[in-house]
Amino acid sequence: MNYTWNWGIFQEPSPEGAGTYADMLLSGLSWTIATALASWVIAFSLGSVIGVMRTLPSRAANAVGAAYVELFRNVPLLVQMFLWYFVLPELLPAGLGTAVKQLPDAPFYTAVLCLGFFTASRVAEQVRAGIQSLPRGQRMAGTAMGFTTVQTYRYVLLPNAYRIILPPLTSEFLNNLKNTSVALTIGLLELTARARSMQEFSFQVFEAFTAATILYLLLNLVVIAGATLLERTVAVPGAR
Amino acid sequence: MFANFDFSVIGASLPYLFGQGMVFTLTLTALAATGGIVFGTLLAMMRLSSIPGLTHAAKLYVELMRSLPLVLVIFWFYFLVPYIGAWATGSATPIQVGAFSSALITFTLFEAAYFAEIMRAGIQSIPRGQTAAARALGMSYAQTMRLVVLPQALRNMLPLLLTQTIVLFQDTSLVYVLSLTDFLGAASKVAQRDGRLVEMYLFAALVYFAVCFTASLLVRRLQARTAIVR
Repeated sequence: MNYTWNWGIFQEPSPEGAGTYADMLLSGLSWTIATALASWVIAFSLGSVIGVMRTLPSRAANAVGAAYVELFRNVPLLVQMFLWYFVLPELLPAGLGTAVKQLPDAPFYTAVLCLGFFTASRVAEQVRAGIQSLPRGQRMAGTAMGFTTVQTYRYVLLPNAYRIILPPLTSEFLNNLKNTSVALTIGLLELTARARSMQEFSFQVFEAFTAATILYLLLNLVVIAGATLLERTVAVPGAR
Repeated sequence: MFANFDFSVIGASLPYLFGQGMVFTLTLTALAATGGIVFGTLLAMMRLSSIPGLTHAAKLYVELMRSLPLVLVIFWFYFLVPYIGAWATGSATPIQVGAFSSALITFTLFEAAYFAEIMRAGIQSIPRGQTAAARALGMSYAQTMRLVVLPQALRNMLPLLLTQTIVLFQDTSLVYVLSLTDFLGAASKVAQRDGRLVEMYLFAALVYFAVCFTASLLVRRLQARTAIVR
């Protein structure tokens, strides 16, 4: 083994002009976090709507929800990323397509949309499972109280379902966080991409990847701690 | 908007897409799934063993792999495997490892963490009385596992293992970052050579969808058929 370790590399200036290699990785980390949070907003809201649609009595709503989930679950994320980035602008009307391509930070917006729609299909499955795990009596009780369907979901079913699916939603959030690294293929400068370019500039491959690994592990720990706290805060007193 | 579509580009590249690309993808999926299930089962047995060292080691491995993005792990192994190889063979310089072997090692080790969690649930789904009965019959630990527990655990977990294999099939598209020619890599190379990104990527998406959707329907049917009525 003749690998030369050099842990001081993080303090050295990066060839990009401004800042050190450490700054480079941290800027990657902030893009990872920004992408994960922004796409989660889409994933959570859209996923909830699709998940609810799959539990409605309407057969049309069910079919639309099921089609959405199958479509987004059965195409690899990388292919979806390419479709959003390379194919969609070509299919838009010419003027709009060009405008989209010239957008500053286009990889970021593309990645957010792509991950949002992709993760929504997974959130939808969790929401559906959560609602279906509730006793049927709850929906009936809501109806018997004179609630409309919207009210039944808003005040009875969803508050219970979200509490039940909090742990699987946490792992979907973590998956979404990890999936942001796929966006390096369309040029998003997130953490893995930055570790990769640090390796290319400095040849200190193992230092770069070790640092990225530690940052990902820390992110995981923060998310898990946050989820535990959230779970405790929203727990219904006396339940369970 | 589909006016200047050129479908002939797809037809002309079919032999390349399927003969090389899809064969590569399927080979990688099959080998990595087999290796992953074997290594994953070992990890699950380690984790459920009564030896604290083994339990912790397996847990650490599974948790580590599951908290890292696959892309980062692919890069890790791509650079690490030559050094591990040099260390294992006692060579002074990093040994040459092809991108395919590197990808195969990565996917086997990475997916093993996910297969391990499935197999752990599978082993735990077998009532303890069965293990106790096997031991009472004088079977060794290895015999109990091989003849009593694992066959049932595998059968119970078959739908989940197959679903995970479909996920693996989709994940193999990430070898794109090593510029390997899997199905997506082949489509991407043709797309860039001929300037036909729209046609090729849409076609790739369609093929992936058709394969995965059909496979998941089959898994669902299998699940309905093999479900054990309790």
